[in-house]
Amino acid sequence: MIRQINRVTAVIVLLLLALIVNLSYIQVFKAGDLRSQSGNQRVTLTEYSHERGPILLASQAISESTPTADALKYLREYADGSTFASVTGFYSVVYGATGIESEENSVLAGNDSRFFVDRLQQLFANREPKGGAIRLTIDPDAQIAAMKALNGRTGAVVAIDPTTGAILALASSPSFDPNLLSSHDAGDIQANYEKLNADSDQPLLNRPLAMTLPPGSTFKLVTAAAALESGKYVAGSQLPGPTEINLPGTDVQLGNWNAKSCGAGDVTTLQAALEISCNTAFAWLGMELGADAIDEQAKKFGFESEFSVPMTSAISRFPVAPNKPQTAMSAIGQFDVRATVLQMAMVAAGIANDGVVMNPYLVSQVLGPDLTVLQNTNPSAFGRAMSIENSRILRDMMVGVVENGTASKARISGIGVGGKTGTAENSPGEPAHAWFVGFAPSGQSKVAIAVVLQNGGGASEVSGNALAAPIAAAVMRAILKP
Amino acid sequence: MTETLNRYRVSTRRSAELVLLVGAWLIGVFAWILVDSATGESSFGGWTSLLSAGLLLLIAHGVVRWQAPYADPLLLPSVAALNMLGLAMIHRLDIAATQRAISNGSPMPTPDVYLQLTWMLLGLVAFILILIFVTDHRRLQRFTFTAGFAGIVLLFIPLLPFIGSEINGARLWINILGFSFQPGELAKVALTIFFAGFLVSRRHSLALIHNKILGVGVPRAKDLGPLILVWLAALLVLILERDLGTSLLLFGLFIVMLYVATGRRSWVLIGATLLTVGGGLAYLAFGHVRVRFDVWLDPFADANGSGFQIVQSLYGFANGGIFGTGWGQGYPQLVPFAKTDFITSALGEELGLMGLIAILLLFAIVVERGARAAVATRDPFGNLLAIGLTAVIGLQTFIVIGGVTRLVPLTGLTTPFLSYGGSSLVANYIIIAMLIRISNAARAPEVSDADLVMRQDDRDD
Repeated sequence: MIRQINRVTAVIVLLLLALIVNLSYIQVFKAGDLRSQSGNQRVTLTEYSHERGPILLASQAISESTPTADALKYLREYADGSTFASVTGFYSVVYGATGIESEENSVLAGNDSRFFVDRLQQLFANREPKGGAIRLTIDPDAQIAAMKALNGRTGAVVAIDPTTGAILALASSPSFDPNLLSSHDAGDIQANYEKLNADSDQPLLNRPLAMTLPPGSTFKLVTAAAALESGKYVAGSQLPGPTEINLPGTDVQLGNWNAKSCGAGDVTTLQAALEISCNTAFAWLGMELGADAIDEQAKKFGFESEFSVPMTSAISRFPVAPNKPQTAMSAIGQFDVRATVLQMAMVAAGIANDGVVMNPYLVSQVLGPDLTVLQNTNPSAFGRAMSIENSRILRDMMVGVVENGTASKARISGIGVGGKTGTAENSPGEPAHAWFVGFAPSGQSKVAIAVVLQNGGGASEVSGNALAAPIAAAVMRAILKP
Repeated sequence: MTETLNRYRVSTRRSAELVLLVGAWLIGVFAWILVDSATGESSFGGWTSLLSAGLLLLIAHGVVRWQAPYADPLLLPSVAALNMLGLAMIHRLDIAATQRAISNGSPMPTPDVYLQLTWMLLGLVAFILILIFVTDHRRLQRFTFTAGFAGIVLLFIPLLPFIGSEINGARLWINILGFSFQPGELAKVALTIFFAGFLVSRRHSLALIHNKILGVGVPRAKDLGPLILVWLAALLVLILERDLGTSLLLFGLFIVMLYVATGRRSWVLIGATLLTVGGGLAYLAFGHVRVRFDVWLDPFADANGSGFQIVQSLYGFANGGIFGTGWGQGYPQLVPFAKTDFITSALGEELGLMGLIAILLLFAIVVERGARAAVATRDPFGNLLAIGLTAVIGLQTFIVIGGVTRLVPLTGLTTPFLSYGGSSLVANYIIIAMLIRISNAARAPEVSDADLVMRQDDRDD
């Protein structure tokens, strides 16, 4: 009987051991898998159980967590939420996170690998774990000025420091208040979200990054750059500039926006054509250069590339293998050319920065829970788009556009501003988009900017100069103010 | 023989028991303090509970010192540690329920920990009474059939109208004077006594081999009777009371004791066959068994329906990881029945794998010490009773923890000493009292003539 007792005991102990083996499997090997199951409330509860780090501008927080009395221990709150919503995004129990809240979640939540030492200290000091902070490149004055100038009209503004690529303003209008989606009341959040989502003005759309539009005449900068870079043209090169030209192989007549000739004897120069935004001259130029040359130049400015700022931008496109008339239309930013507002700001930035396009970015610093700096962002170059000489020629041509040409409303007294307007034809029957891209001050530029008002923002007569240039001037003034 | 006497006389090891018991109590005290500090509670009411629990354990120790001085010194401290951990977790879940009521604005729930303390008191009273009145475990053999009858009555009493009640689809409870009691828990103790007494008297005939099939000795057909009867009783529990856990436990227990009594492995094979047949029939015939089995195979198929409990339990274990979230810092209240059947996932979440390994080691100690008493005692009835009681605790632990970790299908049983539930606590303290009694007999120096006769008898095998 003793032998049997020993055997039975061994079996029971083995059964207990099997429990330990199985528990090890669940709690160690399967744990990560189980924690990421969508039905697991603990993930949300844990996320909300300690303080999420703030999103900071130079001196103020635009998103931070404050303690509450309910089961989710911290509430995400946004100061001046709708002004910065295109940057912060939202942080919602129901809809997850967007914007910086999503892209920098590992830092803000405090589980980034860079916090390893910090977390060890927390463990030993038994301190409440806390997330790290993100400092942004956004200039609050520029952002506020942009939102104020857009004034609720559908449009977007991107302002970049051309020498670094740091994004100073990233405005999307109309905007939304992320506080509406970041409460702890799932019913409220759902109702608010559905309302925002159903709004035909698409307030949840991140216009400067996610939306691509025909850039219209602002794309003439790319065509002009291609012309200069080809070595066959200089600012004073003569181009034909009739009232209208026939697109070869079709009976379509392409005309100028003012239905006038671009110069005496239907002849103009590259510089003059840019200043008065002569369609016929640039259409002719486009056909002379060929689609490949323009495409190549566009790519050097960032077309066909994706940028993570850290939110990922939509890809700007130049049409694939267009025929001659399509090339002519593409050269003036029509046909199937599509660009993000960010991309057009990068074109201006590249020209202003002696031909070098910098990678755009929003995060200037990653900070630890105690706000010590863990990482500073090093600016990086996307690539050289133009030679220094040509970029300076084009830059001066753009100053001419503002001083003598179509972009008069972008002028800022005492400061050399360069720019280019655009009035992009849209689908027939719909008002055109009003564009402005530019930089200031000329020479040592501190800001490059792109502004768009979709469908002219509802104005009866759409013109880049009348509608978009003043917005750009307001934002640039906010950045350049002493 | 004199050498043996001298060795036993040297130490009763009661002081070791006292030190370990204080340690077990301190584990509970520290757990309680950690719970309060992590959840922001500063309930000095806790001290009354902790001190009364400590006092009860101290009295129990005093009675062991007085009535069973040579008893195994590890049994009581091990189960006391489990009991204290269970109390701390029930207290922690009480706090979660209170906090939930506050944030929902619903009425305050009554804390369960005080009721559990009351049951601990009753359990230890039963423990003390057993030690005082059952001075020799061999006397229990006289009550073999009384115990058998009592066991059957206790097992099926919840089926009676008026006093029986159904909770969560299982009919296991009786209500007396407003207290709800699960008599099946006591039934397993009574039936263990019955099995031991019955098998001791019949083991020689049950061990006879009729012929061999595939090299395995097969017992005579007429000896299959008792096993078939127990099998039918287990099936009845399953069908009438929908209690898979008790059904499985009783049948498993009988097979273990039958094997120990006869030494025939063929009984295990026959038992396993009957278990498979019974399980198969139940799967085909009963929806609730089928649901349990299907959930076991794939709990995520219906994670918000039939699989909800086990899925939430697994989330709890996963959240605990290796070291656990710490007392009061997880979300064990998200698991349904966290105080009863699923207390292991609550402990697994907050104490982690390390904590659970420690807890399982405590169970392993109880099993090993119970088995040691079973081996060391000098009468076959004592051998059988001790290993039966030990197997009850070991098997029940495996069935319930295996169930909440999806190692085996979920059957629904309390975790011995940890779970909230009075009948379970009382029954398990009775089991420990009997194991202490047997271990005392095994280690005690007095060797009576009767013992020698018994040992002679044993040697005949």
